[in-house]
Amino acid sequence: MVSADFQIEDGEGGLVLHLSGDWTTAGLGRTTRRLATALKDRTPTRLDLNELGRFDTAGALSLVQASAEVLPAAVWAARPEAGRIYAMVERLERESVEPRKRADAFTRSFAKVGRGIEDIGHEAVMSLAFLGRLMVAAGAALSNPGRIRWPAWFSQAERSGLDALPIIATTNFFVGAVIAFLGADLLTQFGAGVFTVQLIGVSVLREFAVVITAVLLAGRSASSFAAEIGAMRMNQEIDAMQVMGVNPFQALVIPRLAAMLLMLPILTFVGMVSGLFGGMLVTWAQLDLGPAFFIQRIADTPDVGTHMGVAMIKAPVFAIVVAAIGCRQGMSVEGDVESLGRRVTAAVVQAIFAIILLDAVFALIFLELNW
Amino acid sequence: MTAPIHPFAHVEAEPEVLIQVRGLLSQFGDRVIHENLDLDVVKGEVLGIVGGSGSGKTVLLNTILGLKEPDGGTIRIFDHDITTMTKGQAADIEQRTGTLFQQGALFSSLTVLQNVASPLVEHTRLPRDMIRELAEMKIAMAGLGPEAHHLKPAELSGGMRKRVGLARALALDPEILFLDEPTAGLDPIGAAAFDALIRNLSDDLGLTVFMITHDLDSLYAICDKVAVLADKRVIEKATVAELEQSDHPWIKEYFLGPRGRAATKAA
Repeated sequence: MVSADFQIEDGEGGLVLHLSGDWTTAGLGRTTRRLATALKDRTPTRLDLNELGRFDTAGALSLVQASAEVLPAAVWAARPEAGRIYAMVERLERESVEPRKRADAFTRSFAKVGRGIEDIGHEAVMSLAFLGRLMVAAGAALSNPGRIRWPAWFSQAERSGLDALPIIATTNFFVGAVIAFLGADLLTQFGAGVFTVQLIGVSVLREFAVVITAVLLAGRSASSFAAEIGAMRMNQEIDAMQVMGVNPFQALVIPRLAAMLLMLPILTFVGMVSGLFGGMLVTWAQLDLGPAFFIQRIADTPDVGTHMGVAMIKAPVFAIVVAAIGCRQGMSVEGDVESLGRRVTAAVVQAIFAIILLDAVFALIFLELNW
Repeated sequence: MTAPIHPFAHVEAEPEVLIQVRGLLSQFGDRVIHENLDLDVVKGEVLGIVGGSGSGKTVLLNTILGLKEPDGGTIRIFDHDITTMTKGQAADIEQRTGTLFQQGALFSSLTVLQNVASPLVEHTRLPRDMIRELAEMKIAMAGLGPEAHHLKPAELSGGMRKRVGLARALALDPEILFLDEPTAGLDPIGAAAFDALIRNLSDDLGLTVFMITHDLDSLYAICDKVAVLADKRVIEKATVAELEQSDHPWIKEYFLGPRGRAATKAA
């Protein structure tokens, strides 16, 4: 590749423009500007093309822009193919449109806040609408159990439930262990080291197992529900279902919801066991309280059944939160990739937020009930 | 149909082979798609690739483009062997070829103008306003008005997406243009205009076009040669008129079936 260059000769026969090198996208560089300045709105009367290498539309565009008037076809006699390219570019209407003016930064930040608030309201309404449709679909599924899609249910239960077992067991194990470390350290200072066991029991059984499990599933399953259903929307699969008379709620949302309802309590129980196991190992190592003692103390803890029951009441609610938010965000995906990313993020953030918020509400309710 | 004219016609006596495929083997697991496939693409020609569904047209294109490793055989583009070439040679090929994918494959986060400008931004060191002007010109070349410049791909119709894809493929003034079903999904008027556009570009810019198509009208209207993919290889590469005389049952069915006859009459 030879860089494009030119020379202007202002003779008696008029303006002669010598072109040399490759007048192509790759060879032009800043020659275009130099040519425009050198010609100063004049029009060459003759072209010298002897040293011209390759010539493409970028080169043609440079000439079109630089010369004041259209070059006559005759000047291209030496290189007819370059003349054709020039003629084609010359014919094109190259209008340029300014992008829509953006407001200044100050106005934009206010607009952003306003839009955010409007979005919250809109999201709330949409969520309620979704919840309504979900209840109708669930009612229809319950009143007509023959139409429940069992294979979809079980494959979802496997993918979003069973496959999550290892990570949920491990996470809860470490949470239990951390509580045990803190409790052992703190309570021994007051000479109440043995109560570490009760601390572990109550906190793991009542709060941590179910919340940690639900948060993990919010990260794991709500995101995959949103992404799967969102991709189906982009692929027009949802439209195809609707046209075939298949209710996308029955086909997509109900199996996922049912899978979560089935699996989240089971996973919570697994979380409880592994949390207690983690706590037990730490109390054994730190306080020399063996497994038999640990299990005895747990069993002797007053209201141990109530604590577990509280967690098991929360589990299905969290299951609905995870499944409904994931599916709803997936259903709201529009045609483009950015909205898919936004919706998946929203699914995870909203699900985790809703879990924590509902947990606080439950704490208040159970406090009133004295459970 | 006019003979293709290319810039350096006077320089070369023999037709220059830009893409040379020899003994290509492609397979997915046990399923063999291509076996012993040979194909030459000659400079300046508009080559149509036809074949039944699943005959591996898109796989062939992807292999030539380097998106899929060939399982055997060699592919040479501009005399670079694509399996052993250096990074510099790969960059050379990237700059000298343009591809229009079936669905347009536009970058969804960029506007139309930015999409078309993206190869220029990547591969050239032109000033920014020059890049913008070039991109505007390519969009006009692909037959789109300036009102589309600042739209996002999600706001475009299928036909407009194809035109933007074509403008992007043309951004670097490539020597070879790869088109994957350019007229699929366009209305007949739009398809005919697209055909005319590609023919004009090929004639004016000396483009070599490698076009996968199912559109018999396109084959008759713009293709210099047609390569037929069947039985895992290219069974014939010839002009449409020659293919009509072929004895191969699939080619007969293709060109002399009801749709083929209609296109012949129209042509």
